[in-house]
Amino acid sequence: MGDFFMGHYAYWFTIILLCIGLYGILFKKNLIKKTIGLAILQISVVLYFVSVASKTGDATVTVIDANFPVDQVANYLNPLPHTLMLTAIVVGVATLGVAFTLLIAIYNRFNTLDEKELIDKFQ
Amino acid sequence: MIESHLPAYIALTFVLFSVLIPAFGLWRSELSQPLAVIGSGIAAAFSVYGFLSYLNDGALRYFFGGWEPPVGIEFVYDGLSGFFVMVINVVAFFVLIHSHHIGKREFPGKEMPYYALAMLMMLGFNGMILTGDLFNLYVFLEIASLSGYALIAIGEKPAPYAAFRYLIIGTAGGTLYLLGVGFMYTVTGTLNIIDMAAMLPELYANNAVFAALILMIVGIGVKAALFPMHGWLPDSYTYAASSSSALIAPIGTKVAAYILFRIILWLFGIEITDAVAPITTIIGIFAAIGILYGSIMAIAQSELKRMLAYSSISQIGYIIMGLSLANPWGFAGAMLHVLNHAVMKACLFMISGQMRLKEGHSDITKFDDSYRKKYPWTMAAFTIAAISMIGLPPLAGFFSKWYLVLGTIDNSNWLFLAVILISSLLNAVYFFRILEKVYMRNPFKGQKEASDATRDESPLSMMIPTGILAIGLIVIGFANAVIVSVLLGIYPL
Repeated sequence: MGDFFMGHYAYWFTIILLCIGLYGILFKKNLIKKTIGLAILQISVVLYFVSVASKTGDATVTVIDANFPVDQVANYLNPLPHTLMLTAIVVGVATLGVAFTLLIAIYNRFNTLDEKELIDKFQ
Repeated sequence: MIESHLPAYIALTFVLFSVLIPAFGLWRSELSQPLAVIGSGIAAAFSVYGFLSYLNDGALRYFFGGWEPPVGIEFVYDGLSGFFVMVINVVAFFVLIHSHHIGKREFPGKEMPYYALAMLMMLGFNGMILTGDLFNLYVFLEIASLSGYALIAIGEKPAPYAAFRYLIIGTAGGTLYLLGVGFMYTVTGTLNIIDMAAMLPELYANNAVFAALILMIVGIGVKAALFPMHGWLPDSYTYAASSSSALIAPIGTKVAAYILFRIILWLFGIEITDAVAPITTIIGIFAAIGILYGSIMAIAQSELKRMLAYSSISQIGYIIMGLSLANPWGFAGAMLHVLNHAVMKACLFMISGQMRLKEGHSDITKFDDSYRKKYPWTMAAFTIAAISMIGLPPLAGFFSKWYLVLGTIDNSNWLFLAVILISSLLNAVYFFRILEKVYMRNPFKGQKEASDATRDESPLSMMIPTGILAIGLIVIGFANAVIVSVLLGIYPL
């Protein structure tokens, strides 16, 4: 049982981060806090990909080396998840940029970023 | 020569014009809209030509840079993607022609960024449809979504808040989809859809595959506004500028529905989808609830755009229900409904834009019989589109519902059959109350009101696209047998 938790501790942290992110999105009333929750949610998925690709032992970066034949896969890290996550991080940054732009527009129009007050102002 | 590079050309046209519009728009802002029309017109011509050459020569796989999958990224131009690309690009072409006067009234001075964003959004949608790679799909999804949020935020006073809500829920959906892709990658070691589909039968009833399927359906379901995840849609469509809602409403949710089709029918296949739990039945039930919920909420609305937004939730339900039936008739009905609903909803949202331009509002309670005198052609187009939404023959909307009904009878699924019939009645309620106000004299008002009204039709640049789409509904209605025979040829099983 202990091995089930300790052996996969990276994944458990990822799951905890995912839950924190979802909690922030669903239950926080302040729009900035919602945005922070969104960022945590995205980062948890990034960490999931990165921890999937990690290898322990002698594994190294993907530079062809005569000492490590290519067919010995265990000697090389899989670079694909990392490159994918570079793109996902860029997407995340762009999303945050759009989100903060919208927040500025909301604040300029309604002078508040609290969800309850905003909904009151619409009615 | 053109044929072999066609999938890339369609997407690259939008890239080119999203750069050209800022370049020329900084010099002359009024050039932005014509450039956007030219760009989407070229893409529409490519995609119609591409679909015709698909019918002659069969499917096409385009490998970027000559790298063959699973190493490289590919665009897959088969029947399903060719059909969707054709529908969205042709509809976008007409909507962009129509947007000229709306742009001058609803977002003056912002034409250049607006049309550049519209091109980027179309790039995202075309890329989502054409790509054969799951991660590439996520990137295109985010391109389309981010420019979509910005487009929605250009609008009335509460529009940024509606866009922000959409951003939060939409990005959370996209992230869940990405997590699903991660599960699939760890299980199969590939991201290419065709490659992965070949490996999946060995992974029958694998827990990770099942979790990935659920995550993908939930993530994409948010974008498709599938019933419990539709909360962002009514506000976004209501507060956005009329041309944005006319652009996003017929296209955005359809593209998400396309991804559900691609994932469930092509990638996983019905058997693996239903291996652990009856997923198709469950999404069918959600779709059925969404159909009824959308129709009932649409009756309760007094604002035309908000009513059309709720009606969109209901109509996307038909498409997903056709998918959940998982038989050829249901598939053909859903595909035909994608085409019909894109044309009908674009036409109706464009008319709501014309009302806002001419009357300054689109409040149904203020509609009266003078509109019939003032806007005879607009109201004629509205009537055709509304009757088609209800589903009266020989208009297009009747036939898609007809094939869906054939699909439910094929599966002996009487519940869904009842839902389709009841929803058609509810559609009739919310459209006929407008037609009644416009075409019948109100007995509680004086006689002379209608006769004072002079003719004040919308400009030709708006009336021609609306009219062509309305006539298109009649043409699709009469040509339904041809279209359905093509669509049945696409069905994968």
